[in-house]
Amino acid sequence: MKDAFGAPQSLLVLGGTSRIALATARRLIARRTRTVWLAGRPSPGLESAAAELRTRGADVRTVDFDALDSESHETALGKIFTEGDIDMVLLAFGIAGDQERDEEEPLSAVRVARTNYTGAVSAGLVCAGALQAQGHGSLVVLSSAAGERVRRADFIYGSSKAGLDAFTQGLGDALYGTGVHVMVVRPGAVRPKTAARPATPRLTVARFAAAPLEASPLTTTPDAVAAAIVTGLRRRSETVWVPGSLRVVMSALRHAPRPLFRRLPV
Amino acid sequence: MSVDTVSLTGWGRTAPTTALRFRPRTYEEAAATVLGCGPRGSIARGLGRSHGDAAQNAGGSVLDMTALNRIRTIDAGTGLVVCDAGVSLHRLMEVLLPLGWFAPVTPATRHVTVGGAIGADIHGRNHHFSGSFSRHVQELKLLTAEGEIRTVRPGTDLFDATAGGLGLTGVILSATLRCHRVTSSWMSVDTERTVDLDDLLARLSTGDHRYRYSAAWIDLLARGRATGRSVITRGEHAPRYALPAHARRTPLAFRPGQLPVAPLLVPEGLLGRTSVALLNELHYRSAPRYRVGELQKLPAFFHPLDCLPHWNRIHGRGGSVRYQFVVGHGQEEALRRIVRQISRRRCPSFHAVLKRFGEGDPGWLSFPMPGWALALDLPAALPGLAGFLDSLDEEVAEAGGRVCLAKDSRLRPQMLAAMYPRLAEFRSLRAELDPNGAFRSDLSRRLSL
Repeated sequence: MKDAFGAPQSLLVLGGTSRIALATARRLIARRTRTVWLAGRPSPGLESAAAELRTRGADVRTVDFDALDSESHETALGKIFTEGDIDMVLLAFGIAGDQERDEEEPLSAVRVARTNYTGAVSAGLVCAGALQAQGHGSLVVLSSAAGERVRRADFIYGSSKAGLDAFTQGLGDALYGTGVHVMVVRPGAVRPKTAARPATPRLTVARFAAAPLEASPLTTTPDAVAAAIVTGLRRRSETVWVPGSLRVVMSALRHAPRPLFRRLPV
Repeated sequence: MSVDTVSLTGWGRTAPTTALRFRPRTYEEAAATVLGCGPRGSIARGLGRSHGDAAQNAGGSVLDMTALNRIRTIDAGTGLVVCDAGVSLHRLMEVLLPLGWFAPVTPATRHVTVGGAIGADIHGRNHHFSGSFSRHVQELKLLTAEGEIRTVRPGTDLFDATAGGLGLTGVILSATLRCHRVTSSWMSVDTERTVDLDDLLARLSTGDHRYRYSAAWIDLLARGRATGRSVITRGEHAPRYALPAHARRTPLAFRPGQLPVAPLLVPEGLLGRTSVALLNELHYRSAPRYRVGELQKLPAFFHPLDCLPHWNRIHGRGGSVRYQFVVGHGQEEALRRIVRQISRRRCPSFHAVLKRFGEGDPGWLSFPMPGWALALDLPAALPGLAGFLDSLDEEVAEAGGRVCLAKDSRLRPQMLAAMYPRLAEFRSLRAELDPNGAFRSDLSRRLSL
C-alpha cells in the first residue's frame, strides 16, 4: 500500500534497464519500497540492474517482458499481479530510434512506433485492469516533451510519444474514481550523464531554441526525473514536466504557427 | 442494503483507495456481506474519523456501519447502555445527557461511532482517570469471519484483540457500555499557562490527579526558551449549584452550535508556518495565566473543532498527517528532544496536544501506555516530512514508546513489532480466527498486521 506521502511498497518497472526507471526505483527503495519487479528482455543489463537494487535492501525479481510481443503481455504481467498487490507501475520502456535511418527504412520506423506506442498500449491496459481490480495504485507513464509538439528532427519518435501521451491521458480519465492514479511524465531531453547544469542565468524560449540540447537549461537528468516522479506521487499529479519550466516553454512552442515552428532551430 | 463504489480516505484525506461500500441495516445483512466478500476481504467503517487508512479496503468491501444506529436499551438507574456499533457518540450524548449520563470516554470529536471507538480503543482527556474506551465496555457482539455472531466479554483474548484491533478481528455489531453519571452539561475548567516544556511536564505530573479531565495545547512553533510553552486546560463536570442562573433551568441541555461547512477547495498552505505561528501566538496570549472554575459547555471543552464540519479540508487538497506517539514515564528527555526537533524544523501544527496517560489498557494493539502522549497535525505537503517523521519513529521506538495506529498513515512496517510487543499474539489469533483474511484494511496490508 502507498503511505500518506504516496510512497509505494511494491513497484513494477516495465523496461527494467531504463535509467530513469532505475533512478526512480533507487529513490523509492530509500523510502518504502521493498518489492521491485523489473520487467524487460532478459539481458545482463537487466540482471545487473536487479543486483544493484538488491544491494539497497529491496527484494528484486526480474520478469521476461517484450514490448513488441503484445500477445504475451496479459500472461507475463498477469502473473506478477497474482503474487501480490503492486502499488506502482512505471511504464518506462521505449526506444529513441535513429531518425535518419528510420526515414529510409520504414520497418525500423514501425519498430519505434510498435515499441513506444502499441507495446505501451497493451501493457498499459493490462496493468490498468489489474490495478483497477485491486482498487489502488499508480500507473506512471514516461512520455516525452518531444511528443508535445513533434519536431522535424525526431518526428518518428515524437509521434510515437505523442500517441502514448494521448493514450495515457485518456486512460487517466477512464480510470478517474477507480482508485487508480495515472500520471504522465514529460521529461525534456535527458542528458547522458549526471553532469553539472550549465550556468545559465536566464531562461528564455530563444535561448532554449538557440542552444544545443546538451547545454540547454531545459535538459534534465534521470535523477531529476526520478525526484519529480516521487513528488508527483505525493501530490497525485496527473502531469509532470521535468524540468517544470518546460511546461511554459512547450506551451509556447505548441502554439507557434507551423511556418514559424519549421524555422525554429529546435 | 445499498451498495456503491466509492473512493475513501481517512480524516487526513491522503492515499485514497476505491472499494465497494455496503450499508447493512441489520445484523443479518452485515453477516451476508462478510460471507459474500471477495478475496480482498472486508472492513467495517464508521464515520471515517480515523486519520489514516484503517477504515479503507482497496478493491474489497467496506461495511458502512452508520445505518446500524439503534440505541437498544438504556438503564437510567445504572447507566448501562446497549447500542448498535453505528451509533455515534454525538447521538449518545444527545440521548443520555438529559438522563444525567455521559459517554465514559470522549476523544476530541464526538462524531465517532461506538464500533470505531472500540476498534481504535480511543482515549480522551480522562485517560489518566478512566483509561481507554474499551475499559467501559461490558460486553460486545462480534461478527466473525464465518458469519457467526459471538458475545465477547472483557478478560478474554478475543476481547483484548478486538479492543484496539482496528476491526481486523471481526465486525463489532453492538456493545454494552457503562456510562458516567453527570449532573450538568457544563464543565468547570481550570486553565494554566506554562512558560516551557519543563514547566508543563512538572505541572501535569503534580496536578493531574486532582482532575478527571486534563490535556495541554502546546505551541510547537515556539523556539528558544519558550520551546514547548503551552496552555493546560483541566476540568470537572460542574455541579448544578455552580451553574449560572439561566442554565439552572435546563442543566442537562445539549445544544452544540455549528458553523457553516468548511469549503471544499481550500488553497494548500493556508495553514503554513506564518499563519500557524500567528494563530499559536494568539492562542497562547489570549489564554489566562491562571484561571479557576470557568464554566464551559461540554462541546466547547471537549470538541471545539466539531463546530466546523469537515474541518479537515482546511489543509487543502494534499491532506494532513496526524502523528501521535507516547513515551513512558522516565523518558522525558526523549520527549524534550522530539519537541525541540519539531520546533527547530518549524512544523506548523495548530492543534498539538500533550496528554499524560494513566495505566495502560488491556487491548493488544491499544495505543495508551503510562507516559506522555503528544499528538500533532501536519500538512502532508510539508517538504521532507516523510523522512522527518521516520526519524521521530526511531526515537520513539528507542525510548520504548509507540505511535498510534488508528491515526497512522505512514509508519514503516518494520517498526511495528518494537512498538507493540503483543503484535505476535494478535497476528496468531487473527490467523486462527480468520485464516482466509475475510477482514482486511489498507492499514493491515501496509503494516502486514
